[in-house]
Amino acid sequence: MGKMRGSEAIIQCLLEEGVKTIFGFPGGAVIDLYDDLLDSEVNHVLVRHEQGAVHAADGLARVTGDVGVALLTSGPGATNGVTAIATAYLDSIPIVILTGQVPTPLIGNDAFQEVDIVGITRPCTKHNYLVSKAEDLVPTIREAFHIAKTGRPGPVLIDLPKDVVATMVEFSEKKPVRMQNYQPTYEPHMGQVEKACKEIVKAKQPVLYVGGGVILSNASDELTELAKKLNIPVTMTLMGLGAFPGSDDLSMGMLGMHGSYTANMAVAKSDVLIAVGARFDDRVTGRIDAFAPHAKIIHIDIDPTSISKNVKVDIPIVADCKHSLTAMNQWLDNCGENLDDLCKSHTPWIETVADWTAKHPMAYIDEGETIKPQYVVEKLDELTQGDAIITTEVGQNQMWAAQFYKFNKPRRLVTSGGLGTMGYGLPAAIGAKMAFPDATVIDVAGDGSIQMNIQELATAKQYGVNVIVCILNNNYLGMVRQWQELFYDKRYAATVMEVTPDFCALAEAYGAVGIRATKTSEVEDVIKQALEAVKTSTVILDFRIAREEGVFPMVPAGKATTEMLLV
Amino acid sequence: MKHTLSVLLQNKPGVLSRVTGLFSGRGFNIKSLCVAETLDPSLSCLTLVTNGNDAIVEQITKQLHKLIDVIKVTDISEGEFVEREMALIRVKAENTTRAEVLRVIDIFRGKVVDVSSKSYSVEVTGSANKIQAIIDILRPIGIKEIVRTGTIAMARMPKK
Repeated sequence: MGKMRGSEAIIQCLLEEGVKTIFGFPGGAVIDLYDDLLDSEVNHVLVRHEQGAVHAADGLARVTGDVGVALLTSGPGATNGVTAIATAYLDSIPIVILTGQVPTPLIGNDAFQEVDIVGITRPCTKHNYLVSKAEDLVPTIREAFHIAKTGRPGPVLIDLPKDVVATMVEFSEKKPVRMQNYQPTYEPHMGQVEKACKEIVKAKQPVLYVGGGVILSNASDELTELAKKLNIPVTMTLMGLGAFPGSDDLSMGMLGMHGSYTANMAVAKSDVLIAVGARFDDRVTGRIDAFAPHAKIIHIDIDPTSISKNVKVDIPIVADCKHSLTAMNQWLDNCGENLDDLCKSHTPWIETVADWTAKHPMAYIDEGETIKPQYVVEKLDELTQGDAIITTEVGQNQMWAAQFYKFNKPRRLVTSGGLGTMGYGLPAAIGAKMAFPDATVIDVAGDGSIQMNIQELATAKQYGVNVIVCILNNNYLGMVRQWQELFYDKRYAATVMEVTPDFCALAEAYGAVGIRATKTSEVEDVIKQALEAVKTSTVILDFRIAREEGVFPMVPAGKATTEMLLV
Repeated sequence: MKHTLSVLLQNKPGVLSRVTGLFSGRGFNIKSLCVAETLDPSLSCLTLVTNGNDAIVEQITKQLHKLIDVIKVTDISEGEFVEREMALIRVKAENTTRAEVLRVIDIFRGKVVDVSSKSYSVEVTGSANKIQAIIDILRPIGIKEIVRTGTIAMARMPKK
C-alpha cells in the first residue's frame, strides 16, 4: 500500500475500521493529525471540553455497537478525558482514544503539556499503548480496535508522540488481528450449557437477571426467546434495560437499590437465577448473603473475572451471551421435554409475581399542580411511544428515567451505570444523535449534573445536532439530599444549589430554545412543543419539580434487597 | 494460604507496572516478586508469592490473565515445586568470630564473596526458611547489611 505520513496512516486505519465521525479537541501535540484530518473523509466534531469528546464517542458506541473514537491532545487534553475513559471502562463500552504526546526525545523530561497518560489510564482502560516506534503505528491501531470491540469490550488508549505521527511509515495490508495472548472465549462449553438447562427445566421459580452484556453482544432476541419459551420473568440491571421489552408482561423492570418491589422479591424467592451478562454489582445485590439465598445461580459472562467475584456461582458459563443463549435455546428445543407443560408449570410463579406488582407497582404520589418528575418521564415515554434514545445524567434523574421510561428495545438507554458520571448525558446525547440523525434524543438531566458539561450546547449548535435536554430541576443535588434526608437527619450539607442559572436564558445564549414548566398541567404541552422545536434546534426544558421528591423503592446501603423503603 | 504464581509476560516496558497496579488497585497482597527475561527474549517470567484464600487467589489468577500482556499464569504451589531465594549478607567478622562465621556459612553451603578485615560478605541460596535460618544464626554475631531477592520457583517434573 506504500509509504505515507504517520498521521495519514492513522486516518487510513480509521477509515479501514469504518469510522465516520470522531470527537476531539486540538492542541500542539496533535496539530499534524488535525492538518491531515481537514482533507480526509473522517468527520471531526469539535467539542468544548475533552471529557465531552470521550463521552460523545462513548454515546455513539452505545447506540450503534460500533467503536467510538476520540482525539485529544497531550497533557491536560488527555487528563481531561480520564473521567470519561473510566466511565466507558466501567460500562464495558468499546472506544479508542487517540492522545497526542510530546516528541519521543522529550518524553520523561517534564516537557510542555507532557503527562504520562499511559500510566494514568492503566487501571481504567482495557489496554493502552505508547507508540514509540513509527513502524509499530499501524499494527498498534489495528490491534487497539480489535481489543476494544472483542471479548468484554472496553476503552483502549493510544498515545501518539508528535514525531512518530510525522514520520513516514509503511501502510501494510490489513490482515485479521491474531494475538497469542488475547483470545476471548465466545463459544460456551456444551457440558455447562446442558447442566444449566437441566437446572432451568427443573426450576419452579426461575428468574432471568439480565445485564449490559446482553446488549453488548446483541443478544436481545435470543434472550427474549428463552424467556418466552419457558415463561420466565425477567429483571434487568440499569445497563440491561431494553435487552428485554419493558412493556412485556414478563418484564419486572429493574432490580437492586432502586429496583421494583417485584424484581427484588422475585430474585429473593427464586430457586434458579439465570444471570446473563450481569456482574452482581453491589447496587444490585444489596447485602450479599441475603441475595437470592435459595437459588441455584447460573452465570453467563464472557469475562471469567466476573464469575464468583461477588456471589458464589453454581454453574458458570464463560462465553458470549448471544452464543450461550442460542445454545441454550437449541438444547431446550431438542431436550424432549414438553415446553408448553413447562411454561404452564410456571403459572403459579408468574401469578405470585403479578400479585407483587399489583400490591406494589412503580408509583408516586400525585400532588396536583406540583410537577412530579416521574410524571414528566411517563409523559416523555407516552409522547415518544417509548422509542426515543434516552441519555441521562446521574442521580435521581437517572433513576426516574430508568424506572418510568419503558425501554422496549436495546441501545435506547444511554447512561453511566458503573462509574456514575455526572455530566455524561449531554455529550452522550450528541454522540447518539450524530449516529442516528433521525432519532429523537432526550437527555434526562438534573439541575446539578447538567452544569458539569453544559458547554457542549455550543457543540450541538455548531453541528446542528438537535437534542432535548429535559432538566428535572429541584435546586438540589437530589440523590445525595435524599440520603441526607433519610440517613443524616436532614442535614443538607452542600446539596442545596443556592445559585442555579436561568436555564431558559442560558439556552438562548447558546442559540437553543428554552421552555419552562412550573405546573403539572403544562408538562404535556411543553413536551409536545419540545418535540416540534427539536426539529430545528436544541431544546432545554426546565421542569420545576417537587423539590424534595425521592426515588423509591429504595434499598438502604448494606440492607437486603427485600428491605425496601416504598413510596 | 501462601501461593506461588508463575506468570509468563510480554517483555515490554510498562508490563510490570500493569501487574503491580492490578495488585495495589484491587487490594491483593504481594509478598515477593521476581522477574527476568526467559530463553525467548520477547518474554519474561515473573514469580510472585501472594497469600489469600482460594477465592482471592482465583480472582488474582483470573485478573492476571485478563491483562493483555500476560500470556500464562500458573499457580505452581498447587503441585510439587522447587523454590529458591538468594541473600547477600555482610556479617561482622573480627578476630574472635571469623572462624565461627565461616563454620556457619559452611553449614548453610554459603559462599564468601567479599572479605575485609572486619567483615565477610556471604552469598547464600535456598528456600525462604533456610535464608531466614542463617539470618537468625548470624544475627547475634552482628549483621551489618543484608540484601535478599524474592522467591523464584519452578514446578517439578512428574516422576514417571
